[in-house]
Amino acid sequence: MLRSRLLLLGPLLLFLAATYLVPFLGVMQWSVTLPEPGLGQYRAALTDPLVRAVIWRTLRICALVTVISVAAAYVITLLWVRGGPVMRVVVELCILIPFWISVLTRAFGWLALLSNKGILNSWAQSAGMLTEPLTMVRNEFGVVVGMVHFLIPFAVFPLASALRTVDERVLMAARGMGASRARIFWQVFVPMTLPGILGAALLVFVFALGFFVTPALLGGGRSVMVAELIYLRIFQSPDWGLGAAISVILMIGVGGLLAAMMKLKGGMK
Amino acid sequence: MIQLRPGLLATTLAALVAVFLLMPLIAVIPVSFTPTRYLSVPDAEWSFRHYETLLAKPEWAAGVWLSIRIGLLASVVATTLGTAFALGIWMLQPRFAGLLLGLALLPMVAPPVVSALVLYFFLITLSQFNNFVAYDTWAGVALAHAVMIAPFAVVLVSVSLAQLDRRVDLAARSMGAGLATRIFRVILPNIRFGLLTAFFLTFVLSWEEIGVTLFITSVDAVTLPRLMWMGLRDNIDPAIAAISVVLIAIVATVILGKTAWQLRQGRKE
Repeated sequence: MLRSRLLLLGPLLLFLAATYLVPFLGVMQWSVTLPEPGLGQYRAALTDPLVRAVIWRTLRICALVTVISVAAAYVITLLWVRGGPVMRVVVELCILIPFWISVLTRAFGWLALLSNKGILNSWAQSAGMLTEPLTMVRNEFGVVVGMVHFLIPFAVFPLASALRTVDERVLMAARGMGASRARIFWQVFVPMTLPGILGAALLVFVFALGFFVTPALLGGGRSVMVAELIYLRIFQSPDWGLGAAISVILMIGVGGLLAAMMKLKGGMK
Repeated sequence: MIQLRPGLLATTLAALVAVFLLMPLIAVIPVSFTPTRYLSVPDAEWSFRHYETLLAKPEWAAGVWLSIRIGLLASVVATTLGTAFALGIWMLQPRFAGLLLGLALLPMVAPPVVSALVLYFFLITLSQFNNFVAYDTWAGVALAHAVMIAPFAVVLVSVSLAQLDRRVDLAARSMGAGLATRIFRVILPNIRFGLLTAFFLTFVLSWEEIGVTLFITSVDAVTLPRLMWMGLRDNIDPAIAAISVVLIAIVATVILGKTAWQLRQGRKE
């Protein structure tokens, strides 16, 4: 019994302990020893105006992105789950194809659409709607668009399982008692899917916090978020201690959010 | 059974979301045919020069080949370790299953940038002892990818095990089958599609991986995503559009084929 336990469970756990847990302790060690021993880097991370501005911007963008992604995902999931048979297949393709395409290709697609020489600006200028190109990437707008695009499919999957479990008879009962379609939707359907909405929102928010590639490409270094700040502190203006300290803070924050999510799920059962 | 179909407003909104999801993928197509060397929309003259670049410049083929090698090694390692672990949880039902699972899924739930820093620490530490599995080597990248994708293998194999009838295993056991026989002759053949899915999906995840790869490579181990990143970061190279079109075409073909196959299967039944 013990032998088979070691044989089956042991390899992966040992592998991850060696490649992940121990190095994580190493990163924690960086955060309290570089450049000098002490908690100075944590103090810096929480008081330095630049770092605080980045953290504040990250929280703001992630909150905005979460609201937009979940709302958009809700609408499209509604059609995926409750639409006609043909509609379901079409919607499924619209969700799955972008989901499987790499984040780099998707970011490039937005650059091709939104940049100054991109498709939208070229069209608007040749149609005479714009004289100067409108700057839509290398700023916060581009970051939000790119992140929403990346995160919608991740919100769709938890929402779909919530929307599928809605008991049809409750809707029929509301209908039978003369409720209008809008009233059934807002006062019966949406409240019944609220746990799914909260779950999807938390998931998207957690995902968004650690986001790196899309903000780096579409933000063009101008609206730096936490993940990119860590990259910059490690590779461009080296301050490994600060980068490590911010990583540890991010890990703790995400851990706290996930624990809250578990508790929320447990409380609802 | 479902009688309340989404109304016109919901359908319109969902169509807008679908357009939003597909737009950047479609936008890549015209840009890839531009005759210029910078990102622009072709007006009169369309050209294949960027597709020719993909074939002519050896670094693209080298990137593709490197990504395939890394993906194969990483997904074999991850699927093997992940399958053993999932089998251990399913067969032995250990007491702290939740805790063990949490540990095994850590690289999946931690913010990608934290994992990237952790694996960077790990690989530069290894670099002090050898130069084969080290920072900026293909074996090092494969090892780091294996860490990142192993949790997905655990999840996928566990999902197929959950659908397997436990009595099959109990029958084998009561007839005196040892652990190895139960695993290799009874359980694994029953979940072979789950194993294939896990292998394929973890390969795709490694093939697309960029967040961690950026931290652990510089000039030698240039995977395809890393090469694309370099073409996107500073001056946008339209060759990225050409490679993106190729990648989108592959994904779209696979997903459309799978959907068509499923529809045909559904009609047969």
